[in-house]
Amino acid sequence: MTVPDTSPSRTPEPRGQIVREGITVGIATGAYGISFGALSVAAGFDVLQTCALSLLVFTGASQFALIGVVASGGAPLSGAATALLLGLRNGLYGLRLGPLLGWHGPRRAAAAHLVIDESTAMTVNRSPGTEARTGFLATGLAVLLFWNLATLGGALAGRSLGDPQTYGLDAAVGAAFLALLWPRLRDRVNQVTAVLAVFVALVLVPVTTVGFPVLAAGLVAVLVGLVTTRPEGTGIPGPDDRASDGRRES
Amino acid sequence: MWTAVLVAGVGCYLIKLAGLSVPPRVLEQPLVERIADLLPVALLSALIGVQVLTTGHELTIDARLAGLAAAVVALLLRAPFIVVVAVAAGTAAVLRLLA
Repeated sequence: MTVPDTSPSRTPEPRGQIVREGITVGIATGAYGISFGALSVAAGFDVLQTCALSLLVFTGASQFALIGVVASGGAPLSGAATALLLGLRNGLYGLRLGPLLGWHGPRRAAAAHLVIDESTAMTVNRSPGTEARTGFLATGLAVLLFWNLATLGGALAGRSLGDPQTYGLDAAVGAAFLALLWPRLRDRVNQVTAVLAVFVALVLVPVTTVGFPVLAAGLVAVLVGLVTTRPEGTGIPGPDDRASDGRRES
Repeated sequence: MWTAVLVAGVGCYLIKLAGLSVPPRVLEQPLVERIADLLPVALLSALIGVQVLTTGHELTIDARLAGLAAAVVALLLRAPFIVVVAVAAGTAAVLRLLA
């Protein structure tokens, strides 16, 4: 059960560079953690619950979704359902990462927690085995560390602010979602999906339980997926980059 | 609240573990991939709409929409995540202060 570390090895230079890249990504992601901590407290979660979310859920978009639904008055459990739907993409990341990492048993169980956007992006372009594992662990552990530290800091800062509306924190949640979504809006199919999803959700808001419109908008993804045939990727770093490689068997 | 935290935590972990454990070809169908790929786009878009344009069961337009517009400008200027969020919050806060 030896875990690759930063000590010199037969290939010190690449490994050191991979680890440094991972740490850089981890620090950059920490900024999201500060916003998450502050917004989660503003949404009505206490500091402990906020930290538990970052530690246990540990996938940013799902966490923002959960607190977003709760902030707009939805039932916490429909927030959790939205979080799970958003978390499905991590399962697809896992499909790509499994063969690259080649871990089994307890190691795979431990590694699973680190399967997120960032660690996937830093792993899929590396060669299977040591390189992929180093990229995965360095990025995953760095993000885990900085994301949780930043969440605690943001939660404590958010708690001392008082009424979140005074600081426009309710407006910040929508902006956070938009920033997460932004890189994908270059793609035409994604644009159509986004517009339809907003429309469906807003039409349902007056007539359904709070929290349901967002889940219903997920059906837009199913419908658009059924009617489009799209060979190219979506421009987001991640599993799509390798989609064509994966289909080479005839 | 705690129930939601734990459900989301355990569920998201199991999804990750399932992905790592399943033989790749079982789920690697173009349709499944495409839908799973579009799902975050649809959900995040809907969340933006609900978050910015509704209060309870009503559609409303207020300072939040101005905050979102400011966020768009910040994104077009390639501002980092935390700046985008701060610009949106600041815009809404200033507008409410003036109102």
